[in-house]
Amino acid sequence: MSILVNKDTKVIVQGFTGKEGSFHAEQCITYGTNIVGGVTPNKGGQEHLGKPVFDTVASAVKSTGATVSMIFVPPAFVGDAVMEAAEAGIELAVIITEGAPVKDMQMAKAHATKHGMKTLGPNCPGIITAEECKIGIMPGMIFKKGNVGLISKSGTLTYEGTNQVVQAGYGITTAVGIGGDPIIGLSYNQLLPMFEADPETECIVMIGEIGGDLEIQAAKLIKEKITKPVVAFIAGQTAPKGKTMGHAGAIVSGSAGTAAEKMAALEAAGVRVVVSPAEIGKAVAEVLSK
Amino acid sequence: MNIHEYQAKQIFAKYGVPTPKGIMAESVKDAVIAAEVLGGPIWVVKAQIHAGGRGLGGGVKLAKSIDEVEALSNEILGMTLVTHQTTAEGKLVQKLYIEDGADIKDELYLSVVLDRKSEMPLIMASTEGGMDIETVAENTPEKIITIPVDPAIGFQGFHGRELAFGLGITDKLEQKNIISFAEKLFKLYMDNDAEMIEINPLVKTGSGEFLALDGKMGFDNSALGRQPEIAAMRDLTEEDADEVEASHYGLSYVALDGEIGCMVNGAGLAMGTMDTINYMGGTPANFLDVGGSANAETVAKGFEIILKNPKVKAIFVNIFGGIVRCDRIANGIIEATKITDVNVPVVVRLDGTNAPEAAEILKNANIANLIVATDLGDGAAKAVAAAKGE
Repeated sequence: MSILVNKDTKVIVQGFTGKEGSFHAEQCITYGTNIVGGVTPNKGGQEHLGKPVFDTVASAVKSTGATVSMIFVPPAFVGDAVMEAAEAGIELAVIITEGAPVKDMQMAKAHATKHGMKTLGPNCPGIITAEECKIGIMPGMIFKKGNVGLISKSGTLTYEGTNQVVQAGYGITTAVGIGGDPIIGLSYNQLLPMFEADPETECIVMIGEIGGDLEIQAAKLIKEKITKPVVAFIAGQTAPKGKTMGHAGAIVSGSAGTAAEKMAALEAAGVRVVVSPAEIGKAVAEVLSK
Repeated sequence: MNIHEYQAKQIFAKYGVPTPKGIMAESVKDAVIAAEVLGGPIWVVKAQIHAGGRGLGGGVKLAKSIDEVEALSNEILGMTLVTHQTTAEGKLVQKLYIEDGADIKDELYLSVVLDRKSEMPLIMASTEGGMDIETVAENTPEKIITIPVDPAIGFQGFHGRELAFGLGITDKLEQKNIISFAEKLFKLYMDNDAEMIEINPLVKTGSGEFLALDGKMGFDNSALGRQPEIAAMRDLTEEDADEVEASHYGLSYVALDGEIGCMVNGAGLAMGTMDTINYMGGTPANFLDVGGSANAETVAKGFEIILKNPKVKAIFVNIFGGIVRCDRIANGIIEATKITDVNVPVVVRLDGTNAPEAAEILKNANIANLIVATDLGDGAAKAVAAAKGE
């Protein structure tokens, strides 16, 4: 088992024939992901990487039955691409592109929610169910199958955390990069219950960062609803105080979003909090051998 | 990206958001001319820096004559202003804004900012203007009203009424004025891809008009490409020179106080690396994210920027390649040692995409001072030891 995606998931790629889209789609196909086609306007009818290209997401979904879209379009077109996917009936859009305007993401996410489409990212490494399905840009070879679920705001800390788990002798069910932009799709509080419900996942690694209060909200949820052990790391304990102008942002979140504050909240919720990502593997081994 | 008060007020004027008249000046002579043009009888001389708390720091002063404008401009221009929002070193004042004095009956607070929770812009207002709003939020949160505005429907009449009644405004003309003010402000927030607008104080004049006495604006960097007029307002002198130089090479750099230079891919791992160095008893000298498109040239540039800092006693290169290919980083390190005098130990940990190729490249290059690490913990420990001369 796993969460959200597996070897049978049918995936299309928006921005399929571009440089980034091509490179990573090819890596995903090699990994075993069931990529059934892609979308690039005005290239419909062509074949790329041995898969059909469509002009629109709607036609791609109609022909292939795809349920997930991996989005690589340039930043200025991300909002448009997400809304197109939502209207075409895609169930999950994995948005890899970095640098999408925040205003566009507000509109796109609201529209996706209206159409019942889940989103991941933007500016995230994607999602991978180990040894089955990679939808994103992570180095697939490090993800060994196992019983640990992983959720991370940071791309490279997803890899570091996974590597730690694998080096400690364990493996991954599904690893999800949620991204750290101001507006993101699925986050800790949607993903933690999915891992809780997944029979194969026995432990959850949660990697957060300074800023915002998603980790504080996660701490509340964990305390109330999550019975599986959680190991957490919050990056940015030594980061300098942000150079802010005005105070409006801090007031809105109701908290400064410091690492110390988040670590304390998670610890109070019974989470095993580590002070360095280099300790993740050891902590996972400890909670799993209990 | 942030802009100055005088620039924010240019945008306000374009949208019909009322502000006192004012003129930006870069010299005392220009400040005097500005004061003459404005005509008085009262002027405010305001330091233009990218930070709040200017008044308390002595950067905003009232003048009652042209002579006073001249004296105050002399005093403020060129001063280093330290406020609770600047670093301890403060910021050099290079520009002034000479503004008409306003007839102040009441001071309010108004801002528009993205609320991450509702994922919508939020209008925030308070009757407690002119004070540190964080203190108001902490001590008397009931005095702050918040109104989320769904961008799909925009600013509607009910948003305006909620604002006016929330601020206890009962006079019909005043209600009309504040609603029109907020509506224009919301429109300019959306049109310009702003991240936040803060007006503190927003003043009510004796005739029931509302004026933006201050104006702070920040913008979404990701949207600057489609906002050329906003992008042109960037003032590079307000930013750290090394950070700006680094950004030209796709590097994200922030100087810190410690001894171990860090070069890492990804902001999360970069912070995690700093945290690990700290945990092992060392101190990070900087945050440096080489980004996803790192190549030999950018890595070499990164070394150059790190080594400009004389406090650096060792460098820790920590790469977990996803998009970044380790062999490119390895070539960058070799390139850097050729063009820059790398005179401190360099601890290198390369993992992920093309790591075996990278290890081979580094081995064959035979660089003095190079210490290879097997993982993050090992690398941080070796860097801490190297910085201590062990």
